[in-house]
Amino acid sequence: MKRNLFEKVWEAHSAGRLSSGSTQLVVGTHLIHEVTSPQAFGMLRELGLGLRCPERTFATVDHIVPTNEQSEPFSDPLADEMIRELRRNCKDFGITFFDLPTGKQGIVHIVGPELGITQPGTTIACGDSHTSTHGAFGAIAFGIGTTQVRDVLATQTIAMNKLKVRRINVNGYLAPGVYAKDVILHIIRTLGVKGGIGFAYEYGGEVFERFTMEERMTVCNMSIEGAARCGYVNPDETTFEYLKGRPYCPAGEDWEEAVARWRSMASDAGCFYDDVVEIDACDIGPTVTWGIHPGQAVFIDENIPDPDSLVDGDRETAQEAIVHMKLAAGQPIAGTPIDVAFIGSCTNGRLSDLQEAARFLQGRQVSPGVKAIVVPGSQLVGALAEKQGLDEIYRQAGFERRSAGCSMCLAMNPDKLVGDQLCASTSNRNFKGRQGSPTGRTMLMSPLMVAAAAVTGKISDAREVFGVTNGASV
Amino acid sequence: MALAKITEITGCGIHLPGDDVDTDRIIPARYLKCVTFDGLGEFAFYDERFDGEGREKPHPMNEEQFKHASILLVGSNFGCGSSREHAPQSLYRFGIRAVLGVSFAEIFYGNSLQLGMPCLTLAKEAIEKIATAMKQNPETQIRVDIAAKAVTCQGEVFPAGLPEGSQSSLVEGRWDPIGELLDNGGGVDRVIGSLPYMN
Repeated sequence: MKRNLFEKVWEAHSAGRLSSGSTQLVVGTHLIHEVTSPQAFGMLRELGLGLRCPERTFATVDHIVPTNEQSEPFSDPLADEMIRELRRNCKDFGITFFDLPTGKQGIVHIVGPELGITQPGTTIACGDSHTSTHGAFGAIAFGIGTTQVRDVLATQTIAMNKLKVRRINVNGYLAPGVYAKDVILHIIRTLGVKGGIGFAYEYGGEVFERFTMEERMTVCNMSIEGAARCGYVNPDETTFEYLKGRPYCPAGEDWEEAVARWRSMASDAGCFYDDVVEIDACDIGPTVTWGIHPGQAVFIDENIPDPDSLVDGDRETAQEAIVHMKLAAGQPIAGTPIDVAFIGSCTNGRLSDLQEAARFLQGRQVSPGVKAIVVPGSQLVGALAEKQGLDEIYRQAGFERRSAGCSMCLAMNPDKLVGDQLCASTSNRNFKGRQGSPTGRTMLMSPLMVAAAAVTGKISDAREVFGVTNGASV
Repeated sequence: MALAKITEITGCGIHLPGDDVDTDRIIPARYLKCVTFDGLGEFAFYDERFDGEGREKPHPMNEEQFKHASILLVGSNFGCGSSREHAPQSLYRFGIRAVLGVSFAEIFYGNSLQLGMPCLTLAKEAIEKIATAMKQNPETQIRVDIAAKAVTCQGEVFPAGLPEGSQSSLVEGRWDPIGELLDNGGGVDRVIGSLPYMN
């Protein structure tokens, strides 16, 4: 029988059916960080339980780490308590911890892939909704709550219901200046922020076949913003090429065996999907969010919609968004003044993101009055960026170069918006208050669009600002 | 693990209108800096309930007559965004024992169920009707019958949505599956043994 990747992985990891009808699903790889794990370890201690597979859990610290001054103790005593708690838990339970001094610390969704921990045909869970990122490798990867973190630690399984699968084809060619970020923002805008409830998204088509692993990760990362708990791309030569030689990947004879196994996990040609959506790449333009959820987005040459023109349900949220964002309905999004520019996060904090923005920032200056920061997603990304001279480009352009962490994506560290500052951001969420100030405003876009906003001081079409004619890689 | 059988929840309601309410709004990230869930109740919807100086803003959860409410009425896609269990934990610790909405984000739904705080779906019109009754009289009692999948308010019965598996796990006291997950050690061993990357 022809099966899709989701079904193959699901069946291979099913350990039984629970009395509730849910599946007991084996979690092959478990990633943890400091925010959603301490209570889980507390529950384990309370129940007197140990770890089922300590070698299958990997930890790092990302949300609360300061990105400028990292000497310990941290100036924030609560943040300091959290990193110490994670160290204690990893030590007590024998968990590998990519801690600050290891040179491998970073955002959990960047660390897993770059170390080769993230592999095709596996199940990956983490107490973090952006775990969907790992689906780029053909893994079934999803976020879980803290009580489920406990379940994985104690049993290496969780109770879960099978998802339906929606295949999303993006065919054709993306125009220059249009990136993976624009593709996923367009998908969310098209299918809605509730559209993915009950679904896993399988991304495919010519654009995804040409995409690099880092571009695939950007798209899969934001699956959850469209309500799909996981999103994935079938593994192919691009995937294997990326993984070869990574520290946690099989090597030698094991490598060939692993590749054969991974290849066999890809969806069979002609398999069943619960739904299929076709998107034409040439319909996608550089996209910017104007509202308070990632589906409220327009192309850079469009106007902010008039809420009255929207359907019931969308209208009320749009009205709330216009008030929060202090925008005028019907006005062009281009030209909106910004205060802060942020390049980083698990969506766009990888080397290729830093390279692409740097390529165009060379010789340019951040607009006076704009605070611009660039935060590598991991220590390894930071080291490579430095080696390639990107740091110097960013410094000369007027960006502050920071150390690895989640930083201003959710502002659990000192990197926060102040008052109603408006931030052009490469992150994944524009929720009210997301970037640390209850009245702060976020507009999501690609790294190049953030670079354009940084140098002009306002939301701008990067293609015009930088004269992009061949900027996009696909 | 012996758990309470949750068959019925009766109490006053509190209505938070609006769709796509995300978990950052339910509990802002700065209140996740903790190693225990204790005390999170006071931070539920913090930025909507308090201004920058900590002064109360007009919000249903700040109104005296709603402070003992145990049933939350919401819109669609409630709890979207972050997987933070701190969100349902903060509502639970505020005193909420059931959430009625048009639809729920999946991770929030699962986190709430595993906490013993069921989320049931109701038609938008039903929510509006109950909200109107509550507006007229905050003491209006709402009865959530898990076994019958129905919500009763002022004598009117509204059919509610609840997946069968969730329903049985609530009424039979198995809403936290840890016991069952632990019991099937053999089944888990077999699967792990069959997966090369786990060995």
